[in-house]
Amino acid sequence: MTERPDAEGEPLLAVEELERHYPITEGWLRREVGRVRAVDGVSFEIREGEAFGLVGESGSGKTTLAHTLLGLEERTGGTVRFDGDPVSELSDAERRSFRRRVQLVVQDPNEAFNPRIRVGEAVAEPLALNGMDDGDRRQAIVEDLLERVGLDAADTDRYPHEFSDGEKQRLAIARALVVDPDLVVADEPTSALDARVKSDILALLEEVRREFDVSLLFVSHDIDVVRRFCDRVAVMYLGEIVERGPTDRVLDAPAHPYTEVLLDSVPSLDPSDRSLVRPLTDTIPDPADPPSGCRFHTRCPAVVGPEELSAATWERLASFRFTVQTGELPAAIDLADPPDRATIRSVFDLPGAIDDEAIAEGVDDAVAALADGDLDRASERLAAVLPSVCEQQIPATVTVDGRPVKCHRHDPAIDAEPRPE
Amino acid sequence: MSGDHSDPLLAVEDLRTLIQADRGTVRAVDGVSFAVDRGEAVCLVGESGSGKSVTCESLTGIVPQPPAEIVGGSVTFDGIDLRAADTDRSAIRGARIGHVFQNPQHALDPVYSVGDQLVEAITIHREVDEATARERAIDLLGRVGIPRAAQRVDDYPHEFSGGMAQRVAVAIALAAEPDLLIADEPTTAVDVTVQARLIDLLRGLLDDGMGLLLITHDLRVVAALADRVLVMFGGTIVERGPVEAVFDRPAHPYTQALFDSYDGTTRLAERPSRDELPADGCRFRAECPHAVQSCAGGEQPGFHTVSDGASTDDHAASCVYYGDGYDAEVIQSAGRAVQQSATGDDDD
Repeated sequence: MTERPDAEGEPLLAVEELERHYPITEGWLRREVGRVRAVDGVSFEIREGEAFGLVGESGSGKTTLAHTLLGLEERTGGTVRFDGDPVSELSDAERRSFRRRVQLVVQDPNEAFNPRIRVGEAVAEPLALNGMDDGDRRQAIVEDLLERVGLDAADTDRYPHEFSDGEKQRLAIARALVVDPDLVVADEPTSALDARVKSDILALLEEVRREFDVSLLFVSHDIDVVRRFCDRVAVMYLGEIVERGPTDRVLDAPAHPYTEVLLDSVPSLDPSDRSLVRPLTDTIPDPADPPSGCRFHTRCPAVVGPEELSAATWERLASFRFTVQTGELPAAIDLADPPDRATIRSVFDLPGAIDDEAIAEGVDDAVAALADGDLDRASERLAAVLPSVCEQQIPATVTVDGRPVKCHRHDPAIDAEPRPE
Repeated sequence: MSGDHSDPLLAVEDLRTLIQADRGTVRAVDGVSFAVDRGEAVCLVGESGSGKSVTCESLTGIVPQPPAEIVGGSVTFDGIDLRAADTDRSAIRGARIGHVFQNPQHALDPVYSVGDQLVEAITIHREVDEATARERAIDLLGRVGIPRAAQRVDDYPHEFSGGMAQRVAVAIALAAEPDLLIADEPTTAVDVTVQARLIDLLRGLLDDGMGLLLITHDLRVVAALADRVLVMFGGTIVERGPVEAVFDRPAHPYTQALFDSYDGTTRLAERPSRDELPADGCRFRAECPHAVQSCAGGEQPGFHTVSDGASTDDHAASCVYYGDGYDAEVIQSAGRAVQQSATGDDDD
């Protein structure tokens, strides 16, 4: 599971600065008033025979990214190269070949089959679409393939409802393999399945990868699956890749605070260890209006604070500041009937004494504003006295442990330690 | 009507439910007994078709009858006999026993906004004005992880994605402040960050005394929440015990196989959907590497305490090897603790 050297020639798939923006329009003129940046400048490569994982929460853009590089969604920027050639410049014949060589397996196998079409025909369909007119030959290929994915050649005459979910996912994998692809994109291929079936399907995909010599792009929110299956992994947040590298290194020594939060939100299998790390704030920002600077800064437990403050003080103030900024206050604080200042201080666990006078004053003002029910004034005051480089500057991609990471904490130009304890 | 507080909140004895299927009668729940205390989390684990969901749906009689038929056993909730003909089960469901279904759309009425449905559930117990109920509805949506809850409270169920609808269903089940929550895979299709929030929420409710009966196939969620674990296979409970004991020293060959398959190093063979399990004796015997002749026939093997060196009297397995005349060591030595197997959990 180590990264292969870069010198191994052309990658099979190379994605550079890929963008997929959706316009938000208003009125009958459909004037564009904003853009959802579902995929916003994403770069990575998949080499031959490699399994590449893409992880992130819902709304991170990972499925949109997969669909965009398959051409199921239109690119609004960037390039996708397959076998060295930009996909946008392919001739019709080359495009057909690209569509054959890259196949998709979706999450829910029930959505992948027409209930009225026998599975043999369904699995053979891509062959027919790719111009194989000989029905007997199609049948022979399909029968062989069904056996290779653990089903029976005689199953070709059955209908989808006669199969369990796990068997249907096997059929979906057979259908993806029938045209001998070079890259299979699997979008959460096991998350609709139960434990026993899941481990079977993963074992099948491992076999497929070896025997058919295909590359895999594995889109998943299941860290266990990615850890087991993928050589390299990219972590996505709000349309961007925040960190990417060999799976064992990224998952065992995450460099980006978002990766850490994702990993530490997964419960341990040890019942005596029940600690769960939570992000600074729970609200996932709207991808149509992503936060300035580092997009994760509103939820980042490691957000860089003013030098004057101790780490412990800053942590509580940052949580206060960004919670107020999201406007999703704890239940105890009802702005229509605001509690007194002491209650607000205790709900947010605010530090009693703050050494820096200007900050102390700003925090007092914000608490007073909340006690008046004025969220906007509180938010503005906090933003003014508690600035963070993370909201002011877009982090550059820096190299940490040989892998690209987008975080100010790792930027030598920023005065902040990588992982504050 | 309230039972003695030394009694468990929920006591199930020898529950049996049959389901009429195309291929004949399936003994979906076949002699299941367990209890849930106040403030206790009991997790039912096992694969699809093991009878976990039918067990839970039989407790309050919401399993569709027909094709199902509850043919035996007793279910006692806070001193109330839930199977008695004169018990008003519909007054208990929703109000005192919340149910989160595997398919969230079951619990959601498509023609009312989620806010209306929450307000209705909130006002079952509390005489509060509309505005207060609405605020609490928004708060609940926020607590289960619905972003921009104040705006989304007026949306209709179809406007929520699968994972979101699941969270809305959790909010509705909790709105009436039930004494017992029965939750069937409440965190499936949910992001790990949201899952962590739901776990925190459930832990808080357990601290406040709510009982929890949780079905999940995610062993990490079990480790994070469960006090006790029940392992189900083929309509029967095959192993039960405190979560630490079961996770450290899985005793039943099925539990061992289930845990081993979790980390992917070995795997349970996928049983073709067309095959059937034995309907008597140990249901796992056809797949069990240790099966002997006495595993077949009659009721499932009796429960024997697993003497595993720890002081856990209530760790027991339904396996003949733990009875007299067999060498339990043969089975016990085959089990591997589930901990650290999947990931080599970081030990920081």
